[in-house]
Amino acid sequence: MKHEVVEKNSALMGVLIAVVISIGGLVEIVPLAMSSEATQPAPGVQPYTALQLEGRDVYIREGCYNCHSQMIRPLRGETERYGHYSLAGESVYDHPFQFGSKRTGPDLARVGGRYSDEWQRRHLLNPRDLVPESNMPGYPWLENQVIDADGTAAKMKALRMVGVPYTDEQVAGAADEVRNRSEMDALIAYLQVLGTASKGWK
Amino acid sequence: MSSGFSIFVIVGTILNVAAAVWLLVWMRKKRGESQVTTDTTGHVWDGDLREYNNPLPRWWLWLFVITVVFSIGYVVLYPGMGNAKGTLGWSQKAQFEAMQAEQEKKAQAMLAQFAGKSATELAQDPRAIAVGRNLFANNCAACHGSDGRGAPGFPNVTDGDWQWGGDPEAIEATIREGRQGIMTPWVDVLGPKGVDDVVAHVMSLSGRTAQGGDAAAGKAQFETLCSACHGVDGKGNHALGAPNLTDNIWLHGGSQDSIRETVVKGRNGVMPGHGERMGEARVRLLTAYVLSMGEQRVAQAGP
Repeated sequence: MKHEVVEKNSALMGVLIAVVISIGGLVEIVPLAMSSEATQPAPGVQPYTALQLEGRDVYIREGCYNCHSQMIRPLRGETERYGHYSLAGESVYDHPFQFGSKRTGPDLARVGGRYSDEWQRRHLLNPRDLVPESNMPGYPWLENQVIDADGTAAKMKALRMVGVPYTDEQVAGAADEVRNRSEMDALIAYLQVLGTASKGWK
Repeated sequence: MSSGFSIFVIVGTILNVAAAVWLLVWMRKKRGESQVTTDTTGHVWDGDLREYNNPLPRWWLWLFVITVVFSIGYVVLYPGMGNAKGTLGWSQKAQFEAMQAEQEKKAQAMLAQFAGKSATELAQDPRAIAVGRNLFANNCAACHGSDGRGAPGFPNVTDGDWQWGGDPEAIEATIREGRQGIMTPWVDVLGPKGVDDVVAHVMSLSGRTAQGGDAAAGKAQFETLCSACHGVDGKGNHALGAPNLTDNIWLHGGSQDSIRETVVKGRNGVMPGHGERMGEARVRLLTAYVLSMGEQRVAQAGP
C-alpha cells in the first residue's frame, strides 16, 4: 500500500490510527482489568451495607473525591501514614471507584476506625472545631437531611446487575435499615468502613 | 494473569515492535541514494506553495531505532512479556518491601536507644520527647489538638485532669488499647424535672448555682443513679472513665445547657487503640511525651 493512499483517504487513515492506538490499550489495560486480582474481592472485603451505600452516594454528591483520594500507593511514605497500600481487590464492589486524583486533604482509603463516630460528626459539621488549621468546608446540612429510604433497594438491585453479590434479604431489608437516618449517619457509616478489611493484613 | 492473556500480551507486544521495525525499514527504502530531492508531493496551496517529499531526517530515524532497541531491552530485563518476570527479577512489591525493610532498620536503630527505659525516664530525655512530639502530631493532634489542649468532647491531655488515670501505665494502656467512655441517656429515667434537679446538683458540685432545678432533690437522684460511675461525691472513677464533676473541668462543656444535654442524651466517647499500628516502643515514647506536656504545665504554673 502506498503512503499516498493512506494520506489522501481520511476514512482509511482514521481506521488505521484507531487500530494502532487501540493495541496499547488492549495489551496494557484489558488483561489487567480482567485478572483475578482486579475482579475478586481481597480478603475480608464485603459489599457495602444499605446505610454505607447511601453514605457513599453522599460522598460522591458532595464531591469529596475532589480533595480526597482513596488510593494508597506502594511508597513507604504513604504506607507509613495511611497503612497497607491499596489493592485492586478492595475496589471490586465500588461502582464507580473513588480512587480520586488529588489530595488537598488526606487519603481516606483506610480512614475507617481511625477516628470516632463523634469526631467524624463534629468534624463534618465544622472541621475547624477540631482541627483549627483545616481548610475543609463544613457540611452542616447533612445532619438535617434524611435518606430517601425508598430509593435504596433499587440502587442495590442495580449494583447486583454489575456483580455486587447482594442477597434478596439485604435488598428487602434496605429500606428499614436507612429509614429516618440522616445523611450524616450514612456518610459516617461509609467512612468508618473504608479500609477496615485490611486489619490484620501483613 | 491467566496464560491466555499472557500469550495475548506477548503476541501484542511482539507485533507492535515488529510493526515499528517494519515502518522503519519501509521509510529507509524510500530514502534511496540522494539525501535531498526536489520532488514535491504534488500538493499546491494558495497557487504557489508546494511541499517537498524529502526522506525523514537521519537523526530522527536513529532516535526511532534507539526506542525500538530500548523497548526490546526493557521487556527482557523487566516484567512486560505477559507473565514473564524479566531477567532482573524486579517487582514493585519487592522494591516497596526493600524500602520498608531499610526504613525499619533505621527506625529500630533509633528506637533501640530508648529500649528498656520507662516512660517516666523517657519523659526527661529530650531526644525521646522529640520523637514523641512527631508521633503526637501525626496520630493524636486531630482530636487532642496540636498543643494537646483538646476540644469539646476530646480531652485536654495537658491539664493534669485524667478521665482514665494519669499514671504512666494508665496513659500507656489508653494509647495502646483505646478507650470507650459511655454515659447512657437519663431523660427517660429522670423525667424533665429530675433532669433539672440533677443538673442543679451537678453544678453545685463545682460551686455554682443553676437557673432553676432543686439541687437537694437532685442530690438524692444523683446518689442513687449517677454515683455508680461518678461516685457519691461526684469525684469520678478512673476505672470506668467517669469524669470528676467537682473540678470545673468539662469534657463536653460546663454550661448549664451542655450539662443538661449530657444528662438528657448521654455521651459516647471513643478513643481508638493505636498499639497494633504503632508498636510498643512508639506507644511508650508517646506516653513519655504526654507526661512531659503535663510537667511543662506544672512548671509554668509553679512559683
